[in-house]
Amino acid sequence: MAAHITEGLVCVPVLLPLLAAGVKLAIGGRLRRLQSLISLGTLTVSLVVSVLLLVAVDRGGPLVTELGGWPSPIGICLVADRLSTLVLVVSSAVTLCVMAYSVANAYDEQEHDAPMAIFHPGFLVMVAGVADAFLSGDLFNLFVAYELLLSGSYVLLTFGGTESRIRAGATYTLMALVSSMVFLIALAITYAATGTLSMAQLAVRFATLPEQVKLLVELMLLLVFAIKAAIFPMSAWLPDSYPTAPAPATAVFAGLLTKVGVYSIIRLEALLFPGGPVATLLMWVALGTMLTGVLGAVAQTDLKRMLSFTLLSHIGYMVFGVALSTVAGMAGAVFYVLHHITVQTGLFLVTGLIERRTGTTSVTRLGGLMRTAPLIAVLFFVPAMNLSGIPPMSGFLGKLMLVQAGLAAGGPLPAALVAAGLVTSLLTLYAVAKTWGKAFWRVPREIRAGRVVESEEYTGEEPTVTTTALPLTMSAPVVALVALGLSFTVLAGPLSALAQRAAGELMAREPYITAVLGSRR
Amino acid sequence: MTAPLLPFATCCALIAAGVTLLLERSLVRVLAGVITLGNGVNLLIVTASGEAGGPPFVGTAAMADPLPQAMVLTAIVITLGVTAFLLALVHRSWQLTGSDEVQDDTEDRRVRLRARRGELTDAVRHRRDAYRRLVLEQRAELAHLEAERAERERLEEADLERRIDRVHTELDRWTRGLLDEGLTEEELHARLEEAGLRADTASMDNVMRIEELREEHERRRGEQAARERELRRKLRARQREARRQMRAAIREELERQALAQDPELKGED
Repeated sequence: MAAHITEGLVCVPVLLPLLAAGVKLAIGGRLRRLQSLISLGTLTVSLVVSVLLLVAVDRGGPLVTELGGWPSPIGICLVADRLSTLVLVVSSAVTLCVMAYSVANAYDEQEHDAPMAIFHPGFLVMVAGVADAFLSGDLFNLFVAYELLLSGSYVLLTFGGTESRIRAGATYTLMALVSSMVFLIALAITYAATGTLSMAQLAVRFATLPEQVKLLVELMLLLVFAIKAAIFPMSAWLPDSYPTAPAPATAVFAGLLTKVGVYSIIRLEALLFPGGPVATLLMWVALGTMLTGVLGAVAQTDLKRMLSFTLLSHIGYMVFGVALSTVAGMAGAVFYVLHHITVQTGLFLVTGLIERRTGTTSVTRLGGLMRTAPLIAVLFFVPAMNLSGIPPMSGFLGKLMLVQAGLAAGGPLPAALVAAGLVTSLLTLYAVAKTWGKAFWRVPREIRAGRVVESEEYTGEEPTVTTTALPLTMSAPVVALVALGLSFTVLAGPLSALAQRAAGELMAREPYITAVLGSRR
Repeated sequence: MTAPLLPFATCCALIAAGVTLLLERSLVRVLAGVITLGNGVNLLIVTASGEAGGPPFVGTAAMADPLPQAMVLTAIVITLGVTAFLLALVHRSWQLTGSDEVQDDTEDRRVRLRARRGELTDAVRHRRDAYRRLVLEQRAELAHLEAERAERERLEEADLERRIDRVHTELDRWTRGLLDEGLTEEELHARLEEAGLRADTASMDNVMRIEELREEHERRRGEQAARERELRRKLRARQREARRQMRAAIREELERQALAQDPELKGED
């Protein structure tokens, strides 16, 4: 009976937000307080359920829910194993923080003349899609999950319908559409070749397929997920579209959507195509992603764009971990995914606060935030140092795991990747420190007025600073998120052990296949 | 299983047409491309999923595979939804900008701006080099002119000296001839005065010619100096003009760049 209940819980993170989104659309623009309560309540319940699932899965192996009662190779099933629940817990926590942030900052109330409130439903549909993508045990359901989260993100990205957002939205939508079409073609080929789209059954049947067919399917799926995860050279759309969205939307896109792509690549490589010839290709791709991304970040003068480029480059680390195709590498990748979700989301939220406070995110116009807004400064500094991998924070630990895995794998290419990873880390530190120096340490006009001597660095554009402080409630969700990121350092031991177990389960494949197919294989 | 040729060929044609339309700049054409591409892919799923059969009810003999049909239905619904969204996007874009063209990427615009800045810098450098070359050439020309003039003067002076010398020697010969004839100093003086009065025209001619030559020489030198001054003045004016044009071009380009960079800051709220 208890097992039945926990199995039933698997579909809660997908269904509950969808239901809530429906209810909100029915309510429309009225009862804002109730709206916020429903959103926060839904996401809190999702978080609690995810934690319960993680505990249950870690103790008793993968849980499977067959939707509609159809047996699993035919029907659609949701599978919760260590990897998916681990990522789900972090993503639920992050989405809860972002939702609290957007409620506190009243991002949802910006559209007074819109026919109905679309921010909350869009957000919830996207959250449902993300959860569905993590839990899906079926490739076609994965496609549907992507479409769900993408349609939510279309709404959030074009929120308000300003000119720049429409421009970015057009690019983003078309890019997503093309990748979806490639996905569908890959699904058609897969179904024609194997007669199934259930991942567990595919894992069994792919072994009997000719190498060329397997490679074709793998490359097509990889292309799809690489576009979604913004992996070089399919990454040009990201820094163009993300920074134009409203701050909470950018934060959750940056934190979660690209990681869904990375998660799918992990699944694909570990479950469906273990030990394929694609690993070398992935390593080169990871190298390109790391270096091009971070070089882009160094060149930017806008905070949001700079962060978008660091987001790109750090996806390279995860791809590197996957490409190693060892348990240690996978564990490193999983740990890095968790770390990066919280840190990147936190940074974008702080940028939103900065924008609220000063009205700009351009580094050339910011200044003196260290004195005028010390809380924001601290909230930016901690995740920024975490991102660039300063010990003993989780960014350092994640990179350490990947470096160790890379050195253990041996060979010239992994060694080159380790070197590139260290260079990337250093350049990230450089980009972040440059921003910090200008936006936070540079003395602004008001303070400078009393000075006699003006040094060289003030001769550029005048930094502007407003004097109104933000209420604490606005920063509270960001504080929570930064604390969550720091807790990964404190809990690094258990967490990396859990990541190791998740990677072990992933690479063994057998627990997943047995849980889904049971005796029917 | 053999793939049915006609549906498969239709898929290929639809997908190819869709991709071609997707590459267009106008969003309406892109939308048409998305629809065509979606239809092609949906048809591909049906085609690839096996042979046609009876309706998929439980118990029907030789029924068609129901799974791909369910998938295609889902895919059609999703394409419909996204198409509706894209239509709204196209309409909004048309409302805002008056066209449905996909706008340029911000980064692309920056790269292009930077390239143009580079081109401009190159152009300025070329112009400066050309102008420097011009100055050098003109200086060389001036120096050449001066050298020529100096040479000519030298020649003329030499000529003058030679003539004066000749006159002197003639005079000497003449007086010596008269002295040889046994004339006294007084007589010689008287003779000389007489001859001076007589040969006045010739000797005065000579003296005046010398004077004239000197004067002309002076005048020519003055003219030459004036011409040189004029040349230098013109050169300086040309230099100033070139510099002014260069500065104006740079300022204009900077203003244009500032204008071009402005729209991407606008609306990032």
